[in-house]
Amino acid sequence: MLSAEEKQEIAAIAAHYELKRAAGIDALRMVQRHRGWVSDETLRDVAEVLEMSPTDLDSVATFYNLIFRRPVGRHVILICDSVSCWVMGYDNLLDHLQRRLGIGLGQTTSDGRFTLLPHVCLGACDQAPAMMIDDQLYGCLDAEKIDALLKNFET
Amino acid sequence: MQLQRPLTQNIHPGRPPLSLSAYEAAGGYQALRKVLGTMTPQQVTAAVLEANLRGRGGAGFPTGRKWSFVPMGPDAPRTKYLVINADEMEPATFKDRLLLEGDPHQLIEGIIIGAYAIQAPMAYIFLRTTYTEAFRRIAAAIAEARVNGYLGSNILGSGFSLELTLHASAGRYICGEETALLNALEGKRANPRAKPPFPPVIGLWGKPTVANNVETICNVPHILNHGAAWFRGLSRVTDGGTKIYGVSGKVKRPGAWELPLGVTIRELLEEQAGGLRDGLRLRAILPGGASTDLLTPDHLDVVMDFNGVAAAGSRLGTGTMVVVDDRTCIVGLTANLMRFFAQESCGWCTPCREGLPWLAKILTAIEQGRGEPEDIAVLKEHTRLLGPGRTFCALAPGAMEPLQSALKYFEEDFMRHIRERRCPWR
Amino acid sequence: MPTIYIDNRPCTVAAGLNLLQACLSSGFDLPYFCWHPALGSVGACRQCAVKRFKDEKDTRGELVMACLTPADEGTRIAINDPEAVQFRAGVIEWLMLNHPHDCPVCDEGGECHLQDMTVMSGHTYRRSRFPKRTHRNQDLGPFINHEMNRCIQCYRCVRFYHDYAGGTDLNVFACHDHLFFGRFEDGPLESEFSGNLVEICPTGVFTDRTFKAHSSRKWDLQTAPSICPHCGLGCNTLPGERYGELRRVRNRYHHQINGYFLCDRGRYGYEYANSDRRIRQPLQVRRGQAPATPLTAEAALAQWAAMAKGAGLIGIGSPRASLEANFALRRLVGAENFYAGLSEPDACGLETVRAILTDGPVPSATLQGAGLSDAALVLGEDVTQTAPLLALNLRRLRYRKAAVMAAGFQLPVWNDAGVRELAQLNLPNLFIAAPHATRLDDEAAGTLHVPVPELLRFAQSVAAVLDAPEAPAADPGDPVTALAWQSAQALLKAQRPLVVAGMALGEPALLQAAAAIAARLKAMGRGAELCLCVPEAGSMGLALMQARALTAAMARGAADTLVILENDLWRRSAPEKVKAWLAQARHVVVLDHLATATTAAADLALPAAAPAETAGTWVNNEGRAQRAYAVMPPADPARSSWRWLQAMARSAGRVDLNGWQTIDDVAAELARTLPPFQTITELTPAVTVPTAAGKLPRQSHRYSGRTAMNAQRDVHEPKPPADPDAPLAFSMEGFDGPQPPGLTTRDWTPGWNSEQALHKFQGETAGLLAHHDPGRRLIAPAGKRQSLQMPPPAASPKLAAGEFQLVPLHFIFGSEELSMAAPAVALRAPKPHVGLGPDNGFAVDGQAVWLRIGDLLTEQIVRIVPGLAPGLMGWPVGLAGMPPIVLPAVARVEQ
Ligand SMILES: Cc1cc2nc3c(=O)[nH]c(=O)nc-3n(C[C@H](O)[C@H](O)[C@H](O)COP(=O)(O)O)c2cc1C
Ligand code: SF4
Ligand code: FES
Repeated sequence: MLSAEEKQEIAAIAAHYELKRAAGIDALRMVQRHRGWVSDETLRDVAEVLEMSPTDLDSVATFYNLIFRRPVGRHVILICDSVSCWVMGYDNLLDHLQRRLGIGLGQTTSDGRFTLLPHVCLGACDQAPAMMIDDQLYGCLDAEKIDALLKNFET
Repeated sequence: MQLQRPLTQNIHPGRPPLSLSAYEAAGGYQALRKVLGTMTPQQVTAAVLEANLRGRGGAGFPTGRKWSFVPMGPDAPRTKYLVINADEMEPATFKDRLLLEGDPHQLIEGIIIGAYAIQAPMAYIFLRTTYTEAFRRIAAAIAEARVNGYLGSNILGSGFSLELTLHASAGRYICGEETALLNALEGKRANPRAKPPFPPVIGLWGKPTVANNVETICNVPHILNHGAAWFRGLSRVTDGGTKIYGVSGKVKRPGAWELPLGVTIRELLEEQAGGLRDGLRLRAILPGGASTDLLTPDHLDVVMDFNGVAAAGSRLGTGTMVVVDDRTCIVGLTANLMRFFAQESCGWCTPCREGLPWLAKILTAIEQGRGEPEDIAVLKEHTRLLGPGRTFCALAPGAMEPLQSALKYFEEDFMRHIRERRCPWR
Repeated sequence: MPTIYIDNRPCTVAAGLNLLQACLSSGFDLPYFCWHPALGSVGACRQCAVKRFKDEKDTRGELVMACLTPADEGTRIAINDPEAVQFRAGVIEWLMLNHPHDCPVCDEGGECHLQDMTVMSGHTYRRSRFPKRTHRNQDLGPFINHEMNRCIQCYRCVRFYHDYAGGTDLNVFACHDHLFFGRFEDGPLESEFSGNLVEICPTGVFTDRTFKAHSSRKWDLQTAPSICPHCGLGCNTLPGERYGELRRVRNRYHHQINGYFLCDRGRYGYEYANSDRRIRQPLQVRRGQAPATPLTAEAALAQWAAMAKGAGLIGIGSPRASLEANFALRRLVGAENFYAGLSEPDACGLETVRAILTDGPVPSATLQGAGLSDAALVLGEDVTQTAPLLALNLRRLRYRKAAVMAAGFQLPVWNDAGVRELAQLNLPNLFIAAPHATRLDDEAAGTLHVPVPELLRFAQSVAAVLDAPEAPAADPGDPVTALAWQSAQALLKAQRPLVVAGMALGEPALLQAAAAIAARLKAMGRGAELCLCVPEAGSMGLALMQARALTAAMARGAADTLVILENDLWRRSAPEKVKAWLAQARHVVVLDHLATATTAAADLALPAAAPAETAGTWVNNEGRAQRAYAVMPPADPARSSWRWLQAMARSAGRVDLNGWQTIDDVAAELARTLPPFQTITELTPAVTVPTAAGKLPRQSHRYSGRTAMNAQRDVHEPKPPADPDAPLAFSMEGFDGPQPPGLTTRDWTPGWNSEQALHKFQGETAGLLAHHDPGRRLIAPAGKRQSLQMPPPAASPKLAAGEFQLVPLHFIFGSEELSMAAPAVALRAPKPHVGLGPDNGFAVDGQAVWLRIGDLLTEQIVRIVPGLAPGLMGWPVGLAGMPPIVLPAVARVEQ
């Protein structure tokens, strides 16, 4: 169930657009911020507020790669797999990260702490290789830096 | 000196952007006041046209021309839109981020002037999700601007009103294509649209719409402040203005710099980026983002403007280049690029949706030593079959550019992989 | 009419086409997938690429997508240009990369556009060595089978289902080469038009699930042109038979009626013909007193002869029987003893429709014409449920409106995405006033949900505004007059206004009101049209015969010998009265193909041919007579009703019907006898062979197993049965030339094995069939009477607390008799229930309530009907399991 505040927020977003359905992505991102991911039930609720069918909303949601339609960990790591980071050693970094977390791309650690996802160029090519954890960008990475970084999320 | 890099004059990496009052103190919103106070929309468009400002989003279309397609006058639709393309998802491109994070009020001022020029009461900034810092800063700046009467109804008492909405996308490269962007804004799947109809006539929700790149629109206040002649004078070539160039790869000082339009690749690589790291030799350059043809060390003196790079067989693109050194495998690089394009295809047209994954699989196989001699013919055939005009939008033709140039300059690298059944660079 | 050059051949084509349409219309082959004649162009598949040249001197040319390029005067293109040929081969190679190549087990095989286009584009060898992607399929309900691995991502399914038909539960998911076409979750497709996916999908992703259960190859079906028996619109169908079983129904194109589409009732209702309820032999029923015993035809006729001796005959006709069958009964019993077998409200409603259309000034609309109107008012009818394909055509109004705007931007009507961009903010001038929300409300610019008396007040207000257009808008606080003002203004501005009404509410005053509104518009010089919906396939034909209703027959008191034709009287009048009346009759003989309560109450039941087993003429709601032909011969001893009736006359010692050799003889006599039918003899080519080369084959030249099919009984291949009633043969042999419209047994031409072959038979794509469409209008407005007279306002019934006026609820799946004998349709029908509005104040969805209706006390489940006006209770019409109630009636809730 969406909270009253969430419903209000969606209505406020929708006011910025000519048609309600345009608020779909903003609304899903908003509930995802609150809940980590978008379950079928949440998607249904959002669709109802936007007066769309769940099929139509999911058709849009699944087009994008940052609307999570499956549960993710508490922290989402987006590792840049595009050209500059690849030149700067993405492969090795990914190997390290996967070993360190014990998961592959697209997976979540068993303690539910991290989900590791590949992502296209993060626009940090001058600091390649780069990745994001949640909303924060980290650049010029190497194995040591990653180890230090992950420590911050261990509490 | 300050004036020579108008776009970044207020940007100091590591420091927060100027607040509204600091921006005003630095001469900000002066252009807007001048425009609203003394100029007609047509005059604004004429000034931009005269400045020879070409779009910085990759296609290089003259901005003033684009604005002039919008129907004006009493019979024109009342609703029109200005949309700012801040999607910047092209690999190796990080120039708009500098402007988005560094000087949001410059962007907002440009938007208000642009919207006034086409008489749009509504504007959107379409921002990629992962630019989270930019999102926070722009959202704050928009709030500030609204409180201070720069946005909303009757801006500065001029009678002109503008609502500005910041929209964060949920991540897809194709959203950067301007008609796909319009569909995304309408809450639909971001498939591009057929042209015609063109957005300045039938755009967002069927209304006249102009889409401009962030860097493009940020130039606008400066053109109106200092005049078209000054703007043209910033450049070393006929197209006006400066350009934010970038260099990434194994160079000593990767980064982005605002320089006169028309510097050479050599200047960028050697003077700005400090040359390659010690012990590495230059093998190739991807001059303007992932969807441009590779150039070689023979092209170091090519002028980085729209015409210069085109004459060398590539494109200026976004003006942000990747340097490929001699320890980097060209096949691996091409395979990486192709995987990107295949994954970011919107899935609308057949050649792109089906052709690119096939190519990505072939290139990956070659890279991993599983290539077959016949693969080269398939790759070459595809560079023709996925050329411009054959696919629905420019994504797939863009994907062919690095591939065709890699095959042109480095075919032997591909053959070696196939012969030796391994990557010789590993 | 521009002239263009295709492969250097000058071709003159209609104005406003794109190059793909121009090529196909000029007889060229050009492969395509995403384009569809009804859906327009989006340029997604890239299969239709051709080379375009600037002028004669241009040798380089550029590749363009034919479907997205206008065929302007002087355009020069090459289909056979090597670069274009190579590119098209590339496209098909890409499309086949992930296709499972499972043609041998695919239901689409042999009628598959993908197969045809693969061959046409010359793709033979697979070069890719990589694994194919696979998908999980969904359970989409009883109508549609889902096999996603075969998908070539042409988007046609979504463009039809979602964009064209307004369905919201099928769409495309994911991105790049992971696209998935389906639903949010497994479950039956909700749209009433889902079955069209079977034909829209160019490969085997969406196939007919009922057909799949019959395990046939499509080329093994025996087919003949038929008319859908499941509602009054007269959609053209092409049913297919094998082993004496009807195995599917496909659309048969009619430019002015159903175009490319059918509704799911029409497509899936066919299995009534295979039902266990079929009467296969004459039965001595003894009014249910003892088990029925089978008889030979001779014995049955002998029994009949005994019954008929010296007796007064009364004949009860049927709105689900053909014109010829009804006429034969009328001849048998005599005009003064022939009754239409209609309920009182239906008889009254049909007579009103007949009078309006024949006497009045306003012509009736074709379905295609309805979709071209620029303002439409729907008065009282839930058209999606009662006239589904009309609803589909009304869904076009929004597109039509946008296309007019688009023309202002030089944007052609076939530019689907461009026109839709303009359409999304622009609701068409469609106004719907009904007792409850309807499935079409999402397309309407204004809706009103009120009881019948208020509907009449609404109509009155519309007429008042039309009479005094300058008068100020009425009180905006009164939704009835507010919408009346709004819709009247829109109708006034329209060039081609349409008024829709029907018999669903059993209220002839609504029909009169609709006619009066249309007549006013006509008098003002508008091209006004009327679309009046009638319930059954034979309704309009009976109306033109002007026979009296069943109640008139019952009013004559106890009958001597009753002959009932293809009619279950339990559905026509209060069951206890019908039962009593039949019990009083000395003899009751029923001809039908399905066992019903009525056949059970007979002395003798004769096995009639089902509509698919006999030729017959049907008049649709616009007054168009169309001939249907037998798809298969009825299994002996079943026969066409008119043949039974002829034999009955003969057995009773009469000779006057002996002259009828073929159905054309019956039709000819009907044409001579009853003036409205004067022209039905001109409907089709004579039954005699159309050419010296023989009759048209009902079986394709690919038909297989003919010599083996019945080998378990007899290894000698039997002679194909003769069909004296059609210029068609039950065999593969015969005339192999072009099939005239109305006699098409299949749309086939070399290289085009799927329904996409149609363009080879049309003047231009999506145009008339070989320059004319089958059928003939029997009704032209005489303009005799300017029926501007509005019916008097009706009084609202006084309801006490806890009382509800019952109002009919119609269901596309559930309200029609024959289709409910098809298991797939029955699965989609609602369970028995009563409907209440959302604010009814006491019952929630799913709650059981006790109701007293007259003498009857019944417990019913409540379903919430959106918009159902307060004071009304919806009562499902014709739904099995509902207690027999004759409307109008009032229900009181018992605590
Ligand atoms: C696949 C694709 C991706 C694109 N991505 C971007 C982008 O991220 N940002 C951008 O400004 N332009 C992008 N473009 C170019 C836009 O379509 C469009 O030309 C540009 O936004 C126009 O702005 P301008 O005239 O100011 O350059 C892209 C084009 C294509 C074909
Ligand atoms: S609309 Fe009526 S006549 Fe047409 S296919 Fe459907 S049920 Fe049959
Ligand atoms: S039919 Fe022309 S692109 Fe699909």
